[in-house]
Amino acid sequence: MIRFEGVTKRYVEASGTGGGAESVAVDDLTLEAPTGQITVLVGPSGCGKTTTLRMVNRMITPTSGTISIDGRDTASLDVAELRRGIGYVIQHAGLFPHRTVLDNVTTVPRLLGTDKRTARSRAMELIERVGLDPAMARRYPAQLSGGQQQRVGVARALAADPPVMLMDEPFSAVDPVVREQLQNEFLRLQSELGKTILFVTHDIDEAVKLGDQVAVLRVGGILAQLDSPARLLADPVDDFVAGFVGRDRGYRALSFGAALELSLADEPTVRLGATAAEVRAVGTAWVLCVGDAGEPLGWVRAAAVESEVTTRVLHRGGTVASTTGSLRALLDAALSSPSGRGVVADDDGRLVGTIRAAEVIPAIEARRDGVGATTGSGTHAQTSARPAEEATAR
Amino acid sequence: MSLSLIWGWFTDPANWQGTDGVPNRVLEHLFYTGLTLLIALVIAVPLGAWVGHSGRLRWLVTGANAARAIPTLGLLFAVSMFVGPLIKSDLAFVIPSITVLVLLAIPPLLSGTYAGIDSVEPAARDAARGMGMTGWQVLSKVEAPCALPLFLSSLRSATLQVIATATIAASVSLGGLGRYLIDGLASRDYVEMVCGSILVALLALVADGVLAVIEKRAVSPGISGRATRVARSRARNSDPHSEPDSDGADRTDPDPRQAALVGSRSTGPVEATAATGTPSERDRT
Repeated sequence: MIRFEGVTKRYVEASGTGGGAESVAVDDLTLEAPTGQITVLVGPSGCGKTTTLRMVNRMITPTSGTISIDGRDTASLDVAELRRGIGYVIQHAGLFPHRTVLDNVTTVPRLLGTDKRTARSRAMELIERVGLDPAMARRYPAQLSGGQQQRVGVARALAADPPVMLMDEPFSAVDPVVREQLQNEFLRLQSELGKTILFVTHDIDEAVKLGDQVAVLRVGGILAQLDSPARLLADPVDDFVAGFVGRDRGYRALSFGAALELSLADEPTVRLGATAAEVRAVGTAWVLCVGDAGEPLGWVRAAAVESEVTTRVLHRGGTVASTTGSLRALLDAALSSPSGRGVVADDDGRLVGTIRAAEVIPAIEARRDGVGATTGSGTHAQTSARPAEEATAR
Repeated sequence: MSLSLIWGWFTDPANWQGTDGVPNRVLEHLFYTGLTLLIALVIAVPLGAWVGHSGRLRWLVTGANAARAIPTLGLLFAVSMFVGPLIKSDLAFVIPSITVLVLLAIPPLLSGTYAGIDSVEPAARDAARGMGMTGWQVLSKVEAPCALPLFLSSLRSATLQVIATATIAASVSLGGLGRYLIDGLASRDYVEMVCGSILVALLALVADGVLAVIEKRAVSPGISGRATRVARSRARNSDPHSEPDSDGADRTDPDPRQAALVGSRSTGPVEATAATGTPSERDRT
């Protein structure tokens, strides 16, 4: 657990003769990042989120207040020792260009005195764990793409198995497609490792996606709201937070709700190679085509089939929702389907049935009526009770 | 004058023997050059590394560069006049010569070392500190290896300059290849002068070649760009390892020398913010 107690950081701007204007980067921040969870600091430019993060490993010294990790005041520790015990991932990865990927990853263990062989074999494990080809280990950072560099950055931060990780906009310098991959793998990794993570981003969508709890900071380093992502979307405390959280809050909040019960309709299907007659025999304008394992492949417009169903005539615009997925995915499947019937598959990807948008809405209503706005899925539920009183602590 | 006269000079056994012979003069020349570079390195490298690492006293580098404008020959006579009467041995000539040569070698070495350290990617430096490296470890394990290409190229240019300029030692009655120039001029033996110049040029080329080889060996392939080139040619043939990312897998790596020019921080705004925290601590959100 990382705990901030009344932490303030002030800078004095020199202005000609003595004195000078004071600027406050972080103002009397009290905040707790619970063990084993991801706490995201988010806010606009100048809100002091990076300053806050960098005060934890004492890259910046607080003007007043204390920061403790698992009850130990960070100011009382040797600074190099403190930092070696904290994983540190930054925006541009900050890999050492003169070292191979492998030697980059072994940096902290080597500083801690682990022998080269042990450090290297552990590093190889980590390189694979973050989704890199082991052959990459011998490459230099300049030979990697931005996304790969960032993976190495994460592996390097994990190398000494620190309980605490600080991540400063680690995914913001890569393109959106890669960013989403990295985010998903980061969540997968975190579900295995359970680190205590403080994560800084300016992107509210990233904050909501990754955070177990999200701290929204306003300019001047003032904590505006600390809540679970679901509550943040459902119940912003003021106009600033509401504005920052942005539009489509109602729709985006559906990401956190699994449907309580689904009324799925059976969907007649055809296979690849089915004749035009077979397709038309189904009797609907759009017919769902599935693969050998029962996985949905795409929709076929019955009138468009000339001789038989080929991959060429498949309409691929529809998304596939999972039975264990969110209401958002369900609604999206229904809305994106050319037939208006959203395709739902089980966790193995096999077709279960279809659902119409009109049938998703009652599920959304039922959830609202049943459990109120505090429900989150998975780990989000755990944090939702506490933060309200902490948000007001400042 | 023709080439045959030069050929004649070089093939005359008399020119290869004794104190005035080519081998001895080359050795003397190398001795002055080596000594000069050694002293200049001892002064310039720690200073340049410290300025680059700490970001303080950058005007030292600028000032040293301005000192390049001092005419070396004039300085040599000035120093000789002051130092000469104080010392009663051959050192009366050696010390002034080496002093001016050291002053000549310091500016390139100082600015090369400084620029090398200064051009280290801020993110790499930040990561190094954030992972728990001490200031010395950041310098020795990250900044120094990254600064190596720029430093070595400054060493090459300093070496060339010193080898070429060490000829002036002869003008205060010391040895070295400059003897052929000075003596040749005094006796109007232009062939000897040309041959002396050729020897200086050859020596400079050989020294530069040796340093180029050292540079190739010492600089990490990750910085020199060699690794990138190898990877590209391999990738062109076929890439057996599918890349999990879609973003530009063949990132070009910038020429480190160019990066240094672009990346060298301006001194203005940093010194303008005397803050309770150091400037590098400033929040960048």
